[in-house]
This record gives sequence, C-alpha cells and structure tokens, in this order.
Amino acid sequence: MSAPATAMHPKYEVVIGLEVHVQLATKSKVFSWSSTAFGAEPNTQTDPVCLGMPGTLPVLNAGAVEAAVRLGLAAGCAIRPRCRFSRKHYFYPDLPKGFQISQFDEPICEGGAIKFRLHGEPHSVRLTRIHMEEDAGKNLHAAAGVSFVDYNRAGVPLCEIVSEPDVRSAEEAAEYVRAIRALVRYLGIGDGNMEEGSLRCDANVSLRLHGAKEYGTKAEIKNMNSFKNVRDAVEYEVKRQASLLDKGERVVQETRLWDASRGVTQSMRSKEQAHDYKYFPEPDLPPLVVDEAYLAQVRASQPELPEDRFARYTGKDGLSPQDAGVLVADRETAAYFDAVVKAGAPGKKAANWVINEVLARVADPRALGGADLAVPAAALAELVNLIEGGTLSGKLGKDVFAKMWAEKRTAGDIVKAEGLTQVSDTGALEEACKRVVAANPEEAARFKDTPKLMGFFVGAVMKETGGKANPKAVNEILRRLLG
Amino acid sequence: MDPRAATSTIASIAPAVRAGKVRAREVADAYLERIAREDAALGCYVRVDAEGARRSADAVDAAVKAGRDPGPLAGVPLGIKDIFCTKGVETTCASKILRGFVPPYESTVTARLAGAGAVSLGKLNMDEFAMGSSNENSAVGTVKNPWSLAHVPGGSSGGSAAAVAASLCVGATGTDTGGSIRQPAALCGVVGIKPTYGRVSRYGVIAFASSLDHPGPFARTVEDTATLLEVMSGLDPLDATSVPQPVGAYAKAARAGREGLNGVRVGVPAEYFAAGMDPEIEAAVRAAHDELARAGAKLVPVSLPHTKYAIATYYLVCTAEASSNLARYDGVKYGARTADPKSLEELYSRTRGEGFGREPKRRIMLGTYVLRSGYYEAYYGKALRARRKIADDFTAAFSQCDVLVTATSPVPAFKFGERMGDPLQMYLADVLTVAPNLAGIPALALPCGFTKAGLPIGLQVMGPPLGEEACFRVAGAYESRTQWHERRPPDVGGAR
Amino acid sequence: MSSGSRIKPEEVREIATLSRLRLSDEEVAALTQDLDSILGYVAELSALDMTGVEPMTHAVPFDCPLRVDEVRPSLPLEEALANAPRREASFFQVPRIVPGPAGGGGEEDL
Repeated sequence: MSAPATAMHPKYEVVIGLEVHVQLATKSKVFSWSSTAFGAEPNTQTDPVCLGMPGTLPVLNAGAVEAAVRLGLAAGCAIRPRCRFSRKHYFYPDLPKGFQISQFDEPICEGGAIKFRLHGEPHSVRLTRIHMEEDAGKNLHAAAGVSFVDYNRAGVPLCEIVSEPDVRSAEEAAEYVRAIRALVRYLGIGDGNMEEGSLRCDANVSLRLHGAKEYGTKAEIKNMNSFKNVRDAVEYEVKRQASLLDKGERVVQETRLWDASRGVTQSMRSKEQAHDYKYFPEPDLPPLVVDEAYLAQVRASQPELPEDRFARYTGKDGLSPQDAGVLVADRETAAYFDAVVKAGAPGKKAANWVINEVLARVADPRALGGADLAVPAAALAELVNLIEGGTLSGKLGKDVFAKMWAEKRTAGDIVKAEGLTQVSDTGALEEACKRVVAANPEEAARFKDTPKLMGFFVGAVMKETGGKANPKAVNEILRRLLG
Repeated sequence: MDPRAATSTIASIAPAVRAGKVRAREVADAYLERIAREDAALGCYVRVDAEGARRSADAVDAAVKAGRDPGPLAGVPLGIKDIFCTKGVETTCASKILRGFVPPYESTVTARLAGAGAVSLGKLNMDEFAMGSSNENSAVGTVKNPWSLAHVPGGSSGGSAAAVAASLCVGATGTDTGGSIRQPAALCGVVGIKPTYGRVSRYGVIAFASSLDHPGPFARTVEDTATLLEVMSGLDPLDATSVPQPVGAYAKAARAGREGLNGVRVGVPAEYFAAGMDPEIEAAVRAAHDELARAGAKLVPVSLPHTKYAIATYYLVCTAEASSNLARYDGVKYGARTADPKSLEELYSRTRGEGFGREPKRRIMLGTYVLRSGYYEAYYGKALRARRKIADDFTAAFSQCDVLVTATSPVPAFKFGERMGDPLQMYLADVLTVAPNLAGIPALALPCGFTKAGLPIGLQVMGPPLGEEACFRVAGAYESRTQWHERRPPDVGGAR
Repeated sequence: MSSGSRIKPEEVREIATLSRLRLSDEEVAALTQDLDSILGYVAELSALDMTGVEPMTHAVPFDCPLRVDEVRPSLPLEEALANAPRREASFFQVPRIVPGPAGGGGEEDL
C-alpha cells in the first residue's frame, strides 16, 4: 500500500504514543505540606512524609485534585466518580518509600483527546488516561563513586498523560507536546517548562508497513528535554528502526536515551525484562470521590481553552489562522488581546498591534499578564481607537506607541502634549494638497498614466504636514485634484 | 506510693495529682525505682528515660501549683511501645535496621497522651516490626512473662503487657495488627483493647500492615483502659484513614457495666470454640459466659462461617502490605547501613539482609511473592474478597447480638523456643484474634482466670464498628463481679 | 519433611533479589521450607469461589479526605539530614548510581 501524502516515511508508517508528565503548580506537595517552589537549596523543602520516614502517612492535596480535574475536563476526558491510588514499587535512591503513590487500575481521568493544529491542519490525538502521582527526588551524579540525593522534588504532584498510539510523525509529536504545554499554562495548573523539568516526555516509537494492521515492536525514548529534542529524537529513532527493518533485522523492545550532543538514541536496557511494580491499592488513602457537584463547580470556573479561542478568533473576529495562532499560544496573550477588544478596539487592528508591537517588546509572552506591563490593554485600545477615529495618523501611531512603552504614558497624553493630532480638517488639507500638486507639475501631468504616483503625492503631503495629515482624506482630495 | 497497690490506677492517681494531693514527681520516682529493681529480670523496657520522665512530672506539678489543669492523665506514668515515634528519642521498632533512628516528629498518640498530662517512663520492647506473637522476635532482648520467667509474654506488644502486669507503669501503648495487644494482654493477665480501625491515629506509628494496624492502650483495669483510649482517640488530619465520628464516653460505659447487663445480648460464635483449644481456657471462658448471664446478659449462639479462612486471609494481606511498608529501609535516609557498599545493589541487599531479623524477612518474602503480577489475583485478590466475607459475617452476627465473647488465645503462655521451629504453628495460634483486624471492629481482652500452672487466661469481647462502649460495658460488668484483676505476679528482683 | 512442591530455592532467590534481601544459603534453605509450608496453607483460599464479591481494601467506610493546598514549614536542613547514614554537604550520599548513557534517571535495574 502506498504511503499517504503526509507520511513521515515513504515505506513505513510511523506509530508514536507519548507519556507526558506534567508537574502541577500547587503551593504544597501532593501528600504533605512542604513547598513545591523551584530552585530551593537541596533538602530544604522536605518533611517526614515526603522523606518516607517511618510511621508517616500521605494526606491528599485538594489543589492537586482540582488541577487534575481541570486538565481532564479540558481534554474531554471522562472523570471517574470514584478513583483509587495504588503503590508502584521499585528500589531507587530518589524514591524514599521504595514505592511511588500513583494510580493504576482506577485513574482519575480516562479517554479524552488533545487537539492542536499542524501546518494549519487540525489534529486530534486520543488519550488513554490521565492519572495523578507523586514525583521522585533528584539524583545528582558526582565523581569518585558516589551519587547525591536531593528530596526537594519528592512528593511534588504530577499528572501523567498517556496517549493512544495516534501520532504519526516527529513533527506531530513535538506539536502534541507543545499543545499540552499550552493547555497546562492556559489552565494555570503548571508551567509546562521542559528545560526546568516541569514537563517531561517519553515517546514509544514503532514502525510498520503502510496499511499493516499489526503494530511493530516499539522502543521507548527518554531524556528529551525540549520540543526540538522530541522532534530530533523521534526523527533519529525512525531512521534507526527503518534501517534495521530494511536489513531484515528486528527492532528490540527496549528503553533508549536520547543523547542530544551526539544526536543518537542509545539503548539503556531491555524493556522485555520489564519491572514488576507489584501494584496494589494504597491502603493509607481511601478511594477518592469526585461527584457531579464538584465537577459542575470546576466547569463553571474553567478558562476558555486555546482551541475554542482559536475558533472564535478566526470566526467572529475574522483573524487569519496565523494571527490567531500567535494570540492563542499563551493564555496571557489571548487574555490581553481580549481585553484590548473589550476596551473597544476592532479585532484585526488590535491583533496587528498586539503581535507586531507588544509581543515584539517582551522576552516572555507571560509578561502580558503582568501588573506592571508598560502598555496595559486599555491603553493600547485607546491608541488604536485614536487612529481608527482619525485623531492620529497611522504613521505616527508607531512612534506614539514607542513613547508609550518607554515612558508609560497614555496615547491621549502624548498626542495632546506633542500636538500630534491628525489634521483631518479638509480645508487645511485641501490647501496642502493644492500646494503639493502645484509644486510638482510634471508628476501631476503623468498621473493619469501612472496611478502609482499617488504614493509620491501622498508622501509629499505627509511631509508638508509633518506627518499629521489624515491619509484617507488626503487620498480623496488628491484624486479629485489630479483627476 | 506503691505501684503494686490496688489504688495505683489512673482513676486514683490522676485526680489526686490534679487536686495537688499527690505529686507527679513522687509517682514517677516510685515507678522508676521499681523499674530499676525489677526490669533487669523482665526486659520490658528497651529504653528508660528517667530524666525525661522527671522533667515531665515536674512540669505537671508546676502546672497544678500555678492553678492550671494538666489534664485527665495528670502524672500518670506510661510505657510506650517502641513502635511509636517519639521526637528526639530513639525509636527502633526492636529492629537492628532502625538502630540510632531519632525521629524529628512525634506520633499523634504520644502527643495526645503527653498533652493530657501523662508521664512517659520510656520505650517498651516488642517483636521486631510488630511481627510475632511471643516477643521472641525482638532484636534488642527478651521479655519474660512476669507470671513465669520461663514463659513468653505474648506479642508483638510483649513489653507493654508485661510492664503493666509487673506494675512497671500504670498503663502502656501497644499496636494490634493480628492480635498484638489482645494476645499479650491475655497471656499477662491485663486489659488491652484493639479499637475500631481508624479510631486512633496511626500517624507516627511505624507501619507493619497499614490496613490492619491499630494503636491501642493497656492497663490493669477496664476503666483505666477506657480512660486511656478516650485520650488516644479522635480524628487526626495527619491520618487519612482516621475516623471523624466523635469519641465515645468509654470510661463511663465501663463504670455503667457495674450496674448490670440487662438486655445485653452476648453472642457466642461456634467457630471460636473449635477443637484444639486448651481445655482450661475453654472452661474459663464458658464460666465467664455464665457470669455474664448472671449479670443479666442473654447468651445467643451465632455463627461466623468464614472464620476458618481468617488466618490465611490475614497472612496474605499483612505480608503483602508489610513487604511494601518495609521497602523504605534501605540505608539511604535513616537507620542502619551496611559497611562499605561497593554498589547500590550492595547497599540495599546487604543493609536489609543484615538489618532485618528472621520474621520480617520471612514476611517480606511472602508478601513480595503474593504481589507479583500473575499471582496477585490468586492470592492477594482472593484474600481481599475473603476479607469482605469475614467482615460481612460480623455484620450479620451483630444484628443478633450486641457483643461477641470468646477466648483470646487458644493456648496460655508457652515456653520460650516452643513455637519458634515452625512459623505456621505460630501463625495458627492467632486464629481467635485476626478476624477483628480484618473487619476493623473493636475487640478487648481482659483477665478471666488462671491455669492450674498459674498462667493467666484472657477473655475477648468484640463489638460492632465504633461499638467500644458496648465492649467496655460488658468488660466492666465482668470485672466488677470477679477478682482476677486484683492478683499480681510475684516480684522478681535483680537490679537493672 | 520438604514437599518442595510450591516453591523452589531458585524462585526463593529470585524473590530475595526482588526484595533486595541478601540471604545466606542456610537462609534460602530455611525460607524455602517456610514459604512452602505457608503457601500450602494459604492455598485453600485460592480454591474458594469469590466471584461477585467486592475486594475489601480499606476497613473505613468513608472517602479520601482532602486538605487545603497550603504550605507549612519544612524540616530544617540539619533535621532532615540528621539521621542520614551517609551525607555530604546538603545531600544524602549513596554509592554511585550508574545511569544510562545520557545521564537519564529512572528505576534501578538489576
């Protein structure tokens, strides 16, 4: 069977499933009261519970439950009315109790999907489940035969998002992870920062011939800590597996680590020798009930999601998909844009200003949510409306904006203070136009054959008026004068 | 102040201290002196904290002097089973693997007891990680039964029961996972109760089997035991399995028993009188039934048909949970660590191999076995379902009666070494105690006689969930009509 | 008497490895006998038909309580490390963990 046009590989269908771990930005840990703040000195954010000291017990953080429910609702999952915690056992220094409290056979969310766009085409990757669990501490590998353990991170709440093997390319995989990051930040439940480790991703990659029904053997890829890494790692892995299969060799089911510096995945161990985690229901936590009343409460305070906003922007607001895409990328940008529109600025114009002027001036789009932003939404709306209303010429608008940003003054103040009010008085404009036409008889004569010369005349009038002429009015007058 | 006197009870001491009639310091000193004289031969305490006890007692006296009420346990000297984490005081669970562990936190139970004015004399010996029925599994020494030094005190709270019996404290704390409060209480001739699951907080109680562990009190009288339980009980935000219902008036119920048991239905389950029970024990329990009938109770025959599966169910559930709870002992964060490990594997395997005794190893191995995928449904899964049936048996029985009264142990205290050869034989002796742990119902043990050889026999009173009052009422009634609780074992002497 | 029918020494060694317990040969032999005897006893349970019976995982009738998401003071560093059998600076120290090629973490594998 021949490959579809969008296939990543001509001979093999690439089948990818992803497990994404999202750290939840609750104030305290999932089962104890220590802070979850990033960057603290080692072992200064621990307590007897998260250190797994004898006799300690877990107590569930309501904020973590709410975050997981928000995530599940946003992804269209079925939220289990009653779910359970389980113990997942393995021995490792960063796991203080010798088991992780996770969810096994009754996770809080099931089903659902993550929607996003790739090259303008809508994609939907189905989810198997989302479950809650606690994070482990960190091992630091030193020289001279020793390793060090820091338990600050032990007990931070995580949601693990498990997808169906619906992803078909490296690009799509990266975009899927990006979509989860956007969603998590939209919901305000996490930072989704791969470099800091608050978003982690493992990919299960296998190949099969196009049209085949059976899945190929999969390898699990770990250690991808950026979107680029996700894409590069998957690309490499696809090449590696294709090469093996082409030679008639088997793909081994194993875990492989991505080595970004060398651009290869390397075998870690065989996954056939899979861990027996000895799951059993966590006896220290009774089952968790999430009832309809609670769900209704969470639904009522759920923010508008990126894809719904995108539909609104490209629909009602008439924005281009590219512009809409930029605006929805971060909740703060979208919220800012909405506020500008709410303050009266027309959508398309507002979008241009937000994208080309505001976003260009901030290092991180999240600054648009900041209290001390140089040009708040209302101020931008005022500027846009001054231009739309004819008070300020578009050309001067950019200069005014620059001043607004640098000096934190409103457009109104600047226009008044510097006398930049656009000249729309048709009488004065008429005089200016007549002067310019009179001063350029040759061009005036050539105008009928070269309508492009309008630009020259408009420019001359703008110069004549110190940039303050209303270009639309100038245009009309010149047309009349030039015939 | 004589610890062996009949008046050395909470009911007498606490009011006297609160009223300023007796000094807490005097009481503490009397018990510390007695421990110094008697405990070398008995081995109840793993750690006596004389300084700490005197400090606490002095603080109680100072409060009284300043007109403040130190609480319902004012000046009462208690022993604490070394399974309760005591802040700043070494807590080892009688295991080498926790040698040197000093918790930076306090268990809820010991905090509440101290908050009520009690004075802790020290930590009491036990079977390692609460695994055992004879206290022979302790890595820190043997405990002898005060009634006969050749005999075991029972376990796992052997040190607690023996210390109360020998008047080395007025009351003690213990834990009961399969009978570890009731059985040593019976073998040592004292009172002990395993309350309803979740009635008493498990925070700071080193875990053996999380869904079966029940912290509870020992004392010499039913009323004292009830008073201790009232202080220990109550909702704890640090324990998600802690019961929210208000604490009952247990001491009041114990006293009410003295008025008689008219209208109380005492269930007698046929399965708890199976063959193999020591005939002296059976005779004593039947006599106790008659006594309860004379007090006004009605004896009702009932059946608990799944009793025969209780031991198997218990040993599958508790070992699975134990193998999990003991996974944290790895030499990384606290406790013992093997010398000079060359790899992570060595760190774990040698630390645990060297640090755990025979019985914990045995239970970890069995627990690991039954939790393996492929075996889970056949063993652990089945056990959880059998557990449901056992609990349902009790629910059905309690629709026909108010309490169940049986023996506690099918045998009296046995000799050291007698049962160590075959673990299964040791496990089978738990047959009368494990079912209430599986079901989570309250069960109390109190003295009801002695064998011809002079070894105590214990009666067991079980109640429905949160039915501690019924248990205390029946136990109080029985105690008021008998004198077993007035007997004391002989002093053994020998300086510490 | 050793029936040896339910568990053999090889499996006992395997379980000891899974449990991270280093056992002597004597211990393996003794445990094989013990486990065999106990497994024989509990086997009668696996013969029971329990279809339709709900497993009882907790002895409490209520649901998981939730606590407010608030921060309380952590243990001071010295208290957190006070019981550490081996420490260095502000860390717990262990023998070197041999990671995969790119230093990735994960579970230990034996």
